[in-house]
Amino acid sequence: MVTLLEVENLKTQFFTSAGTVKAVDGISYTVDEGETVALVGESGCGKSVSALSILRLIPWPPGKIVGGHIKFDGIDLATLSEEEIRKIRGKEIAMVFQEPMTSLNPVLSINEQLSETLITHFGISKEEARTKALSLLEMVGISDPERRLDQYPHHLSGGMRQRVMIAMALSCEPKLIIADEPTTALDVTIQAQILELMKELTKNLGVSMIIITHNLGVVARYADRVNVMYAGKIIETGTAQDIYHNPQHPYTLALLNSIPRMDQPRQDKLDPVEGQPPDLTQLDDGCSFRYRCRYALDSCAKAFPDLEQVSDGHSAACFEKGRLQEPVKEVS
Amino acid sequence: MSPETSVAATANGQASPAKLGEVLVDVRNLKMYFPITEGVMISRVVAQVKAVDGLSFHINKGETLGLVGESGCGKTTIGRCILQLENVTEGEIFYEGQDLTKLTQKEMSPVREKIQVIFQDPFSSLNPRMKIGDIIGEPIKVHGIIADKGEREKRVQELLSLCGLNPKFADRYPHEMSGGQRQRVGVARALALNPEFIICDEAVSALDVSIQAQVINLLEELRDEFELTYLFISHDLSVIRHICHRVAVMYLGHMVELAECDELYDNPLHPYTRALLAAVPIPDPTIEANRAHEVVKGEVPSPINPPSGCVFHPRCSLAVDSCSKDVPEFREIKPGHWVACSEV
Repeated sequence: MVTLLEVENLKTQFFTSAGTVKAVDGISYTVDEGETVALVGESGCGKSVSALSILRLIPWPPGKIVGGHIKFDGIDLATLSEEEIRKIRGKEIAMVFQEPMTSLNPVLSINEQLSETLITHFGISKEEARTKALSLLEMVGISDPERRLDQYPHHLSGGMRQRVMIAMALSCEPKLIIADEPTTALDVTIQAQILELMKELTKNLGVSMIIITHNLGVVARYADRVNVMYAGKIIETGTAQDIYHNPQHPYTLALLNSIPRMDQPRQDKLDPVEGQPPDLTQLDDGCSFRYRCRYALDSCAKAFPDLEQVSDGHSAACFEKGRLQEPVKEVS
Repeated sequence: MSPETSVAATANGQASPAKLGEVLVDVRNLKMYFPITEGVMISRVVAQVKAVDGLSFHINKGETLGLVGESGCGKTTIGRCILQLENVTEGEIFYEGQDLTKLTQKEMSPVREKIQVIFQDPFSSLNPRMKIGDIIGEPIKVHGIIADKGEREKRVQELLSLCGLNPKFADRYPHEMSGGQRQRVGVARALALNPEFIICDEAVSALDVSIQAQVINLLEELRDEFELTYLFISHDLSVIRHICHRVAVMYLGHMVELAECDELYDNPLHPYTRALLAAVPIPDPTIEANRAHEVVKGEVPSPINPPSGCVFHPRCSLAVDSCSKDVPEFREIKPGHWVACSEV
């Protein structure tokens, strides 16, 4: 497999009046060609910020990439000028956002929005762009595409808007698509439609995908490899099989145990992760999960554990991962 | 649903196995239409949104009834109708034998003490300018339960610790708290009047999974401790399965299936219920790899102009010609398992 994207020790911080928020704190991961990689975690863990950082879409002020490299196809995106990164955005790397209602421009027709990217990146005429836009709408399964081209976003349902977003993302035949919670705002039956469509298209076109989500079911169905994030760091990385069947970090384990499962007998009680996620302005040197961790020892406060390899391609950042199979003590 | 079938469903509803006297809430042939008006000076009704279109069900004391369906299916409207926050178009809602739709605002007030609601969004359902203590204490004050201020503060602190929050939070404002903590405040406020019946409208949907499990456990503990009855409205089928005793599936203002929780999940009969269950991804890559991923086609039609006959027929894999003409009867296929489909 050829590595398409290599994120290395990426750090993105926000300088706010409440202090410095270390939203992304030294994460590294790779995406191979044709592969779907998931970034999983709860709100505020930095998964969206890490994706926006790849496209250099972090607004300054208050946010800034303060360190690390983002190697895409041999170029370091972190060092490109604004002019150069614009040639990558939409063309080489496209993005599908969560909220199709707010990510489409309400005063431009579907045709204008689709054509804009095509004209910008390929320099084709309006007529050619319209023909291309029409075939894109057909590809993403929008019925009656000719009529839809001249409609505005408010004419479309949520599912259809998300299809338009996908058409837009695919319009310049990108090598990588970043999908940030692409189906969170949609109903389950529509979610299934959109995800199946994305899976089919990325497979047929050989596009790589980074899917950002908090839904562990979606990850299990669609991701080849999974990065679990907590408080700005990747705390476990591995194949979907590794993560779900052999979790090596207490947070991954706790997350998997806390969800009610439809495929298993009903439990009397759920097993939640106790406590709250930490304040990202107040992080110390120790492991950020230790306050909620059932395996934490005093030594966990001293340093943040490095990602250590457990097996080929499977790593976890925990000093005590060897004890994960032991009976647990209650968190105080 | 035509009047005949609605009446039939009502008659059947009464014949269902629940013993009389156990029923706390009994909804009969409920219809809620919202008018769409046109014209600035003289407005006239040009169409109606049939948010809830003739459905009947009951909730037993101590039971948790789940109401599941996709956005726009009318599940929230049902909750609002029971609370009398809407003027129902047609039908009756009996609470302990009393028809709430016939009550005046004043007569409704004592009933409101017994029925409480927990909303979805812990950010918009708490007044940002009130302290937590005042938010929880307000219903106690309004209903004149505890007149003495000191006593009331004590009760608020009691409620806070009951919901797993530090009593000191009474002096804080909502913005100082996380989503999970705010939702606990919402729960504490709902409990303030010692209610019998709580409508949980997507009460855990906005929360992260680890926090969601905390709040679900809290709701279950409270249910057991205070013998509460819940109407649990959610779009999340896994959560519904965990917490509910019986589950009703809604589609476009109609109830399409109703059964005991395990029965519904193990033996779903309505094609829509099956499609819903198949669409939920299971958090296990091995199961997912071996699972057929058939997706239901199309989107939910508009409730302004719903399809004729069975409202699900344009998307249904089992549909035959008659489905576009005849409204399926909501019938009891086996004891306690109701389904509105002619092809099952």
